[in-house]
Amino acid sequence: MAVKAKHQRLTLILLALAALIGAALLAAYALRDQASYFYAPSDIEAKGVEAGRAIRLGGMVRRGSIEQAADGVTVNFIVEDGKASVPVTYRGITPDLFIEGSGVVAEGRMDAGGTFVADNLLAKHDENYMPRELEDMKLDEIKQQAEATVTK
Amino acid sequence: MHGFANPTRFLSIARPLTPILLWLGVALVAISFYMGLFTTPADRLMGETVRILYVHVPAAWLGMAGWTSIAIASIVELVWRHPLAAIAARASALPGAFFTTLCLITGAIWAKPTWGAWWVWDGRLTSMLVLFFLYLAYMALARESQAEAAAGRSGMSRIAAIFGIVGAVNIPIINRSVVWWNSQHQPPSITMGQSSIDPVFLWPMAIAVLGFSLIFGALVLMRMRTMLAEIRIEGRLRRKAMGASVS
Repeated sequence: MAVKAKHQRLTLILLALAALIGAALLAAYALRDQASYFYAPSDIEAKGVEAGRAIRLGGMVRRGSIEQAADGVTVNFIVEDGKASVPVTYRGITPDLFIEGSGVVAEGRMDAGGTFVADNLLAKHDENYMPRELEDMKLDEIKQQAEATVTK
Repeated sequence: MHGFANPTRFLSIARPLTPILLWLGVALVAISFYMGLFTTPADRLMGETVRILYVHVPAAWLGMAGWTSIAIASIVELVWRHPLAAIAARASALPGAFFTTLCLITGAIWAKPTWGAWWVWDGRLTSMLVLFFLYLAYMALARESQAEAAAGRSGMSRIAAIFGIVGAVNIPIINRSVVWWNSQHQPPSITMGQSSIDPVFLWPMAIAVLGFSLIFGALVLMRMRTMLAEIRIEGRLRRKAMGASVS
């Protein structure tokens, strides 16, 4: 009798857990676009974001694209995600980790000409942790990144 | 399994185990901090700030492990009516909340020089903040249910357990947040047997995770012993009061 009650409780909890996990997965699936922190360049190309709406743009800074404007405080660069790219202009101090070939999240809005005007820049760190001494022995890409850091 | 349900048997194991876990944990954390501060190099991009890794990662792990223990203990409490399970669940809450707070604080300190902002509302940070609030709610609920149980109404004591199980839904969300959604936080560095953290950082980090976990275990055991002692004191006082009223 006691054993039966125990089994009943176990079944009930397992059912409740299955329902909960199902609900959470459905919610996460429904949120897959809304809960994203930024738009990738390909999202902007595919969906089209109206000019003037405040959004975040995230992606990689294209190598060789960072240009300091003549006024010394404006930076122009291109953010890409492998499928599309968006030109960005930003006036202000860039974070230390803002380097070519690295991830960036820009807050701002698209202007009428298709350029993203950023009010704020956040650097994105990737999942690789590597000491400075070892950088030459690792992948070419990381070496290039490190060189970009040094020359900045 | 029910052998451990006996508080006396539990105490006979917990009493000698507590100092072993605590001091072994403290020693491992000390070793990892020494390595982290003095023998490991700076990161190629983040420089010296990478050293906060040795606190941030164990704190994040234990914040989530704490709630996982609450959920498992709550299931055991509800299904098997294991008397120690309810105590184990309640004992895990405060240490779990502490490490969640530590994770949020060290994360903010790390984020400022790395990303350029103390806080951003991406999926990972938001779900971790939700975990912190869940801990606060759980602790309030557990305290109320304890007061209710002391007053002889047992219904409330199960509400904390149900909340503990429901709240566990947040744990896989925290874990997957950087995979499901674009986020400011980087994707996982350690996946199924692969690590993109260089061994020179990975080893001290693993030692720190183990050390903090042992300390966490010792804290939970200490709090369980305290709670058992309080229950005994209450029982004794109640018997005394009843004896006094009879005579």
